[in-house]
Amino acid sequence: MSETTTAAPELLKTADGGVTTLTLNRPDVLNSLTMNMMSGLSNALKDAEKDKAVRCVILTAAGRAFCAGADLGDLKKRQSVKAFSLGDELRDHFNPLILQIRKMEKPVVGAVNGLAAGAGASLILSCDVKVCSEDAKFINAFSKVGLVPDSGMTWFLPRCMGLSLALEHAWLAKPITAQQALHFGWVNRLAPAAQVLEKAKAMAAELAQMPPLSLALTKRALNKALESGFEEQMEYEAQLQEILGRTKDHAEGVSAFLEKRKPVFKGE
Amino acid sequence: MSTATAELVKVEKKGAVGVLTLNRPDALNALNHPLMDQLEAGLKSFEADASVRVVVIAGSPRAFAAGADIKEMDTKTKAEMEADKHLSRWDFVGAFPKPVIAAVSGFALGGGCELAIACDLIVAAETAQFGQPEISIGVIPGAGGTVRLAKTLGKTRAMELVLTGRRFSAQEALAWGLVNRVVPPEAVVSEALKLADQLAAQPPLAAAAAKRAIRKAIDAPMGEGLCYERGQFFALFDTQDQKEGMKAFVEKRKPNFTGK
Repeated sequence: MSETTTAAPELLKTADGGVTTLTLNRPDVLNSLTMNMMSGLSNALKDAEKDKAVRCVILTAAGRAFCAGADLGDLKKRQSVKAFSLGDELRDHFNPLILQIRKMEKPVVGAVNGLAAGAGASLILSCDVKVCSEDAKFINAFSKVGLVPDSGMTWFLPRCMGLSLALEHAWLAKPITAQQALHFGWVNRLAPAAQVLEKAKAMAAELAQMPPLSLALTKRALNKALESGFEEQMEYEAQLQEILGRTKDHAEGVSAFLEKRKPVFKGE
Repeated sequence: MSTATAELVKVEKKGAVGVLTLNRPDALNALNHPLMDQLEAGLKSFEADASVRVVVIAGSPRAFAAGADIKEMDTKTKAEMEADKHLSRWDFVGAFPKPVIAAVSGFALGGGCELAIACDLIVAAETAQFGQPEISIGVIPGAGGTVRLAKTLGKTRAMELVLTGRRFSAQEALAWGLVNRVVPPEAVVSEALKLADQLAAQPPLAAAAAKRAIRKAIDAPMGEGLCYERGQFFALFDTQDQKEGMKAFVEKRKPNFTGK
C-alpha cells in the first residue's frame, strides 16, 4: 500500500507473559499512519481483545517519534482515486480506531517514545495510561492549516486540561512538552527516552496480574463517568458491582486477603 | 419433533418465569423455520402452564437475533411467501396473553428487532444494536416492524429507521421509549429475570387484563379503548384476587394472590 514498504512490517507484534506489545514501525517517516497500519492495528487489538491469555496491551513506536499523524502521501493517493471527503476519512478510519481503544476491555498502556502529532496525539490520548519520554512533544497544528483538531482530540482536550488551556493549545498550536503533558494529566509518568518502554512494561506487568474483569468494568465505568450524571453513575456502579460480586476473581481476592496470600486472578 | 432435532430454543422454568433462550449462536440466532417452530411450541407450553406467569425471551451475548434466515427465502416467489405461515409466528408472540419480556444483547436486526418489539417489555444491553435493514436487500420489514415502530416511535422516527435501514443503539431506543431499561451486557438476563419476578408476583388475571387493555388502546379509537378498559376493570370484580387485594389493602397487609 505504502511506497515506503520494506521488508519490515509496518506494525510489530510481540507477546510476553500476558502482555502484547504493538509497535508502529515506520521510523523513517516518523510512523505516520497509513490505512494499512490502522487496519493492522485494529486487527491486532481485536485479536488481543479476544485472546484470554492477553491481559494488557502496550502501544508504542520505533525510532525517535511515536507518530506524526496521518500519512499525507497515503491520504493523497486515496484522494486521487475517489471523491475525497475528510469527514468520511475520519468516520471510516481514524474514529473507529480511537473508539476501539477506548472501548477495549483490557488496559492499553501508551509508551510515548517521542513526538506525537495530530492523529498520533489522539492515539496516545485514547490509551488508558501512558508513560512518556522526557523529550517527547505533542503537537496539534490543525489550526495552522485551517482545520479543527480531530480523531477525538476536541473531546480529550477540555477533559484533560480545562477549556481555556484546551482552546489555547488548539488555536495557537504551540507544542506541549512532556513536562506540561504530565502536569495536565495527559500522561501518567515521564522517563528518559531509553527507559520508556521498560517502564511501560513494568506497568503492564503489574496490570496483567490484576483481576481482568474488574479492570475491564472499571474502564467501562470511568468512560461512562465522563458523560453521565452523578445519580446515574452511582446506579451504574451498583449494576457493575452486582456483576463483579458474583465472579470467582472477587471470591479469590477476598479469600487471598483473609489467608494473607497473593491472589491468582483468572478473569472468571 | 424427532429427538435428533437440534435444540434451537432452550425452554426452562425458573419459578413462575418461563425462559426461552434462542440457541443458534453460530448463525447469530437467525430466525429460521425450525427455530420459530420451537419458539412457538415453547410459548404454547407456557400458555398452558398456569404456574408460568411471565415469559422471558433471551438470545446469546453476541446476538438476540440477527434476523430471519435469508437463505430460506432468497429464491422464493411471491406466491410461495404468501403460502408460508412463518411470519405469523411473530404475531403469535405479540398476541401472547401473558407478559413477555425480551432480554436483548448484541444484534436485534430485521426479524430479530421485530421479535424484540413484539414483546411487551425490553431489557437491553448497553451494547445492543437494533435495526430494520430490510430495505438494503430490496424488501421491507414483514413481521410487524413498520407497524410496531410507527405505533411506538411515531411516523418521523419510523420513516427514518425503515427507509435508511440504519442501526440504532440501546441508548437511542431508551430515549425513544422503545426499551424499558439499559444495563451492562452481563446483566441483561438477570435484570430481565428480576423484572419478570416482579411481574410474576402480580395477580395474573389483572396482569392479563392490563395487557389486553393496553393492546386494545394501541389499536382502537379512544372511545372504544375506554369502553374496553371499563369492561375489563368491572370483570375483575368477579375474581378472588380483587377481593383479596382490596381486603389486604384495607387490613394493611400484603395480599396473597391465587390467580382466581
